[in-house]
Amino acid sequence: MKRQISVTINGRTRTDEVEPRLLLIHYLREVCGLTGPHIGCETSLCGACTVEFNGQAIKSCTMFAVQADGGRVTTIEGLASNGTLHPVQEAFWEEHALQCGFCTPGMIMAAKQLLDRNPAPDDPEIRHGIEGNLCRCTGYQNIVAAVRSAAAKMSA
Amino acid sequence: MIAQDFNYSTPATIEEALGLISGGEAKLLAGGMSLIPLMKLRLAAPGHVVDLSRVAGLSGISEAGGAIRVGAMMTHYEVESSALVRARCTLLAETAAMIGDVQVRNRGTMGGAVAHADPSADYPAALQALEARVTIAGAAGTRVVSVDEFFVDTFTTGLEPGEIITGIEVPVEPEGTGVSYQKMLQPASGFAIVGVAVRIRKEGGVISFARVGVTGLGSRAYRAAGVEERLAGTAGSASDIANAAAVIADGIDANSDIHASAAYRAQMARVFGARAIQAAVNRAA
Repeated sequence: MKRQISVTINGRTRTDEVEPRLLLIHYLREVCGLTGPHIGCETSLCGACTVEFNGQAIKSCTMFAVQADGGRVTTIEGLASNGTLHPVQEAFWEEHALQCGFCTPGMIMAAKQLLDRNPAPDDPEIRHGIEGNLCRCTGYQNIVAAVRSAAAKMSA
Repeated sequence: MIAQDFNYSTPATIEEALGLISGGEAKLLAGGMSLIPLMKLRLAAPGHVVDLSRVAGLSGISEAGGAIRVGAMMTHYEVESSALVRARCTLLAETAAMIGDVQVRNRGTMGGAVAHADPSADYPAALQALEARVTIAGAAGTRVVSVDEFFVDTFTTGLEPGEIITGIEVPVEPEGTGVSYQKMLQPASGFAIVGVAVRIRKEGGVISFARVGVTGLGSRAYRAAGVEERLAGTAGSASDIANAAAVIADGIDANSDIHASAAYRAQMARVFGARAIQAAVNRAA
């Protein structure tokens, strides 16, 4: 039986009728048209589907959309404001922290979570903070450099 | 990767939740880090899912009467970042911080992890070493069970149909206790191939108290009483530790899978056991 949910996504509240079994990632991509969060492994290992739910990074392939009822979701599409990239996005661009780009939306959301909690992480802390996200190009060096650079930007 | 269709309820109270599960058909949903993957694979296909996230009384971390009570719905991140848990039951906070990855720790709950009773889960090692207790609500009222009674077997607990875990109680650690949780992890999932949690107290230069909990090795997390006995009364030297850790796998029917054979797991239990004991001894005042 479908249920009505009301979710604030990237600052805008919307109401939809969804099946309880609809995963949050499918809701975001197929119902809301937000294809920034990617479906990689769909087994909560790769982190490509990472979004923020009520301010915390979560894997949207391992949450039902009905669980988000009444909550706030931020996807990669919601990070930039008024055409200005979020410092983490900017740092990924500047440090060339992507090759194919598939992991990037999730990686940026995980990096943002890390910096929200720890504004000045050292490299091991950065690596620990993004351990839930896999880069299939194995381009981790530049990702770590980008998070380091974003931390510096955000504390400046 | 789409779960079978189900009905979904969001009770607001324990009583309401107990009523919804009394028929025995419903499955409880906490953080969903174990149940949702099982549902996606259709290894679980409950017709009715009762989401506990809006139930009052399952959250919060508080101290009373020498114990810390962690509400069943507290996430691993809430446990690892709780100032109270970090200061007063360091082993639990440090173990929580080693579960899965940050996204999993943001959603996964202590009650859910305990109820799932994965033989490779991290919490059970610490909870065995802490001699923790599980509080359970049912139609007949509330009961309290030791974790040793609670963890029965692989994915099997003492939770009866129609019952809900409301919280977990761990002791406030006396000053000077040295603790450590060390695990060999399966890199893709973060689960423990083996994990050993240790608490050590010293008096007059010798070990007066030792508790050792082991996960990943057997069908359930257990307390390695033989190791504890061998440590007691020693100075905790490297050879004392090696002598104690040598018996950590004794009497255990070790798990074997694609990640580690039974013999290798048992050896890693001795290795990581010795490391955890050494780290705890070093931290004990």
